[in-house]
Amino acid sequence: MYEKDGEKYFIVDSHMHYWNAAPDNWVKGAEQYAKGWIECFHAYQGLGPKETHWPIDKFMAYTEDDLMKDVFQDGYVDVAVFQPTYLKEWYAEGFNTTERNAALGEKHPGMFIPNTRFDPRDGDNGLDELRRNVERYGSKGVKLYTAEWNNGSRGYKLSDPGAYRYLEKAQELGIKNIHVHKGPTIWPLDKDAFDVSDVDHAATDFPELNFIVEHVGLPRIEDFCFMATQEPNVYAGLSVVIGGLMHARPKFFAKVMGELLFWVGEDKMTFGSDYGIWEPKWQVEGFVDWQMPDDEDLSDYQKLTTAAKKKILGLNAARLYDIKVPKECQLPVVPSAREAEESAQLVTES
Amino acid sequence: MSVSAAESSLSGGPPSENVVSAALAALTTVRDPELDEPITTLGFVASCLVSGDGRAVVRLRLPTYFCAPNFAFLMVADAYDAVTGVPGVRSAEVILEDHFASDAINAGVAAQAGFVKSFDGEAVAELGDLRAQFLRKAVMAGTDLVCRPLVAAGVTPAELLVLTLGAVPGSPELTRLRQRRAELGLPAGDDAPLLIDPRTGERVDAAAVPLHLRKARVTRAGIEANTSICSGMFRVRYPDGWTP
Repeated sequence: MYEKDGEKYFIVDSHMHYWNAAPDNWVKGAEQYAKGWIECFHAYQGLGPKETHWPIDKFMAYTEDDLMKDVFQDGYVDVAVFQPTYLKEWYAEGFNTTERNAALGEKHPGMFIPNTRFDPRDGDNGLDELRRNVERYGSKGVKLYTAEWNNGSRGYKLSDPGAYRYLEKAQELGIKNIHVHKGPTIWPLDKDAFDVSDVDHAATDFPELNFIVEHVGLPRIEDFCFMATQEPNVYAGLSVVIGGLMHARPKFFAKVMGELLFWVGEDKMTFGSDYGIWEPKWQVEGFVDWQMPDDEDLSDYQKLTTAAKKKILGLNAARLYDIKVPKECQLPVVPSAREAEESAQLVTES
Repeated sequence: MSVSAAESSLSGGPPSENVVSAALAALTTVRDPELDEPITTLGFVASCLVSGDGRAVVRLRLPTYFCAPNFAFLMVADAYDAVTGVPGVRSAEVILEDHFASDAINAGVAAQAGFVKSFDGEAVAELGDLRAQFLRKAVMAGTDLVCRPLVAAGVTPAELLVLTLGAVPGSPELTRLRQRRAELGLPAGDDAPLLIDPRTGERVDAAAVPLHLRKARVTRAGIEANTSICSGMFRVRYPDGWTP
């Protein structure tokens, strides 16, 4: 929990990692990709405040103690959602697997939500693995990496028939939340690598599932916004938006926030630190202090209320994952118009 | 990085300064298709040398090792075409550095092989559609750049609807918008409407003007945010290399 000026914020970090990208985990023959990947991530950390930068050695393999301190002790996070990323073509034991995450989570009951993943190109075996992971870890969400390399394929689309088979199975197993990485990618080579139209199709055809588009389709925010405004079950995952822009480019952060608030709305935006790329502490503190600047250029964007900040930092994700929020951090319940009318009637009748 | 055989093999006497200047000028016409900015102002041109006998070697570098290879290919190919067209340049070699697909892209562009052949088995279409898609985004973003000052000065949506390009006060933003529209084959003359659908070239419907302006605005915000992240990444990767 974070407290500022008498307001209490329940913090759900809905997108974070516990990876091992040290050289002893690099696949032989793919070292340049494993190295290139983690160096690319490390460069992203350079967009945060200087005092939060880590040396590359620590960045490749931060420890359990680092994570617990940075995320919970210093970072105000109440519940953190592990989002696995396998990349087994480059990292022998995987970059950040369900098992690795769950092993840490089991030591700290109640603090983590262990999401799992699937890859429709894994066929029947993958469906079995998904079932086993859900049964063993109780996963309520998956992280999908549609640009991942797999056996000569450089990616897939969520609208592929194979992906639909997996989405049906996931729903049947009780999965509710589909986090899709739509951000910097390397595939498909010949199309717009950041295309979000496949999420549009899947979100329409699976109205019971929630689709959280991580990194808001960056750098295709406009395509994402046009889609999200039409799909009630599409959410904006703010990982990279806050970490990559709030400190480095505050003016553009303001514009992106203004657009997301307009097109997507404060009820469908979720905070994610993207730890270990960025520590949550400065992001939470900065976001609570942040307000849409008074520039004339930004004057038609709405201001961000304290209630909206509470939703974005935790309450929205708590709703998606049925996390119990302490009463002191909840928003006052505003009766719906219909309830208000009914109680007014009761008063009149009595 | 080490200077490769490419430069050390350059011979034929001292390079002509005029030819080098002309090659650099030609490179300013090459844009990052996503960011809609010249690769020269983005800092992506690491070096440009021309030998006395007209052989040019250009080195390009990008913000990350995993920048999308389709855009990277377009920039390398466009740089090759631009420099090859400079009078006094007999041959050109364009080298993309520090990228996971450097070898495929460099060899593909050198062989004039096209994108599909350069990425045999991984790509199924050439990049014309991708380029057009991003030009349409540039047109939308440019529409916001041109319209916002007008709106701020009190021009109403109904007035914007009937404005022609020739009736808008001249500005660099307007020139740029016209150029992008012309590249797409969209109307760009004085009589052309200011507000058009970038897919069809038709004037926007009256009822759709507010939404059109909103879309123009979010498109510009997206490109700007993308540019700011790319420039930030580039600066982290090449601390002394960024040209704002």
